[in-house]
Amino acid sequence: MTERRQIKIDYMARVEGEGALDIVIDGGKVSDVKLKIFEPPRFFEAFLRGRSFREAPDITARICGICPVAYQMSAVHAMEDACGVTIDGPIRELRRLLYCGEWIESHVLHIYMLHAPDFLGKHNVVEVANEHPEIVERGLRLKKTGNAIVSLLGGREIHPINVRVGGFYKIPSSQDFAKLAEQLKVARDDAVATIRWVSGFDFPDFDQNYELVSLSHPDEYPFNEGRIISNRGLDIDAREYHEHFEEHHVEHSTALHCRLKARGNYKVGPLARYSLHFDKLPAPVQQAAKDAGLGATCTNPFKSIIVRAVETLYAVDEALRIVDSLERPERPFVEVEPRSGTGLAATEAPRGMLHHTYRIDADGNIEFAQIIPPTSQNQATIENDLRTFIAPRVALPDDKLQWQCEQAVRNYDPCISCSTHFLKMTVERR
Amino acid sequence: MTIRVVGIGNSDRGDDAVGLLVVEALRADPPTGVELLTSRGDMLALLDQIDGADLVVLVDAVVSGAAAGTILRIDATDGAVKQQLSQFTSTHAFNLAEGIELARSLGRMPGRLVVYGIEGVEFGMGQPPGTAVRDAIDEVGNRIREECKCTKHP
Repeated sequence: MTERRQIKIDYMARVEGEGALDIVIDGGKVSDVKLKIFEPPRFFEAFLRGRSFREAPDITARICGICPVAYQMSAVHAMEDACGVTIDGPIRELRRLLYCGEWIESHVLHIYMLHAPDFLGKHNVVEVANEHPEIVERGLRLKKTGNAIVSLLGGREIHPINVRVGGFYKIPSSQDFAKLAEQLKVARDDAVATIRWVSGFDFPDFDQNYELVSLSHPDEYPFNEGRIISNRGLDIDAREYHEHFEEHHVEHSTALHCRLKARGNYKVGPLARYSLHFDKLPAPVQQAAKDAGLGATCTNPFKSIIVRAVETLYAVDEALRIVDSLERPERPFVEVEPRSGTGLAATEAPRGMLHHTYRIDADGNIEFAQIIPPTSQNQATIENDLRTFIAPRVALPDDKLQWQCEQAVRNYDPCISCSTHFLKMTVERR
Repeated sequence: MTIRVVGIGNSDRGDDAVGLLVVEALRADPPTGVELLTSRGDMLALLDQIDGADLVVLVDAVVSGAAAGTILRIDATDGAVKQQLSQFTSTHAFNLAEGIELARSLGRMPGRLVVYGIEGVEFGMGQPPGTAVRDAIDEVGNRIREECKCTKHP
């Protein structure tokens, strides 16, 4: 009798850590591309089970040191959805402000420290700074403004502690906001200069036909709420997410891949937001994008560095708008009472849509948690990009091919940026 | 005269906590006129921590293949120590060597920069630091105290 074994994997990690890239070229043709994520499982969804719904923003903030706010925002929105509470007014505005801080921090880190060296033929930011210290200083200054927002509203720069279900623990003083406004005005000039700088890089012709997915709000550039839409007709509520998307395991990655049940691979992130919602950017930001040579859509992933710079300007302007018009809320939070139910919400992390699902009991204890980060949604698209990108370039020597492939992976600012910056890559030629 | 000591490390990763523990030990009897700081390894934040000082002493765990607890001292003021500094590992986008070289490129180096490394062997998540690195804490602390004194009274 043949023994039948079933290997069941109950836990999967989905975020950051170590990545590798394996490419097989067979008789001059690309036969296999694998972006391998082998970060060990991190069990966050299991940690959450049995904890109070109020702890979710603090626990999930620990998933990522670069985009903790995204985790907090998706968590609080999902918990409020479960409890039947909608937060609006000044608390909603302050949540957007906090998110602006994270977009600035994260985008600027990626633009200046991780991605720009690729375009400049440098190995790292140190080499860029050797030639252009003033440019790197500008990036550091701009990033600091993002840090200042997160510090002010989040209580500290990394893994903020001031976010709670229903709002914030404490609201900063009016003087603090006034000081921030001054810093943001300087940041605006730096953000404009950043767009000008990156738009001067050389980009390969590589427009792709993606299904682009992002949140959609009637009046706002996608950020912290809205329906989930795509350029191929998807238009659903965040609560319907699991009816249209599914996760699956591929052997070479400890991060689950995610696909649209109807059509397969899709792409989230700056290119999706920009191409689906250019019309919602304020006129001065639209103009800055046009001046940088972008149209109303952008489907060349190498140009994501320009789109990130445009979104950085948007985040600075949005932060200024919020700070200038802010009315301090009477109370820093709305009391949220638990009730038995399921909550689902998505927000736009710097790298793309981040979806959270929770089931809680009547006392607010978490019974089930599912977190689907942007990098896991983009993995299959990254591999597709690489296949298409490498095909006409197979004749390149390994070192050049490696350089360009790493750059192509970094187009996605994957949350394994830390390791993909030192991406271990093998090219096997048969 | 501005003197700063920065302990670098992660308190939840075994021997990597040693830099933080050295600063904690110094805080028990703080040397006069010395700012004691800690860092979780964010090299961009470190740029600000070292900027504008006359002397900065950094303390971190190091992996060079030596016996656990071995103390390494590098004067990084003048560069040309990249090879030695590359033994300082990092789980972040930048390691210590890159952080220091970036400071140098940007003209943000302090008057003098000394790096103390303590050889670590166990970096498991949630592990306490091992006996060998703990035993080195007092000696490194004393050497740093001397380092700071000499700078104030050359």
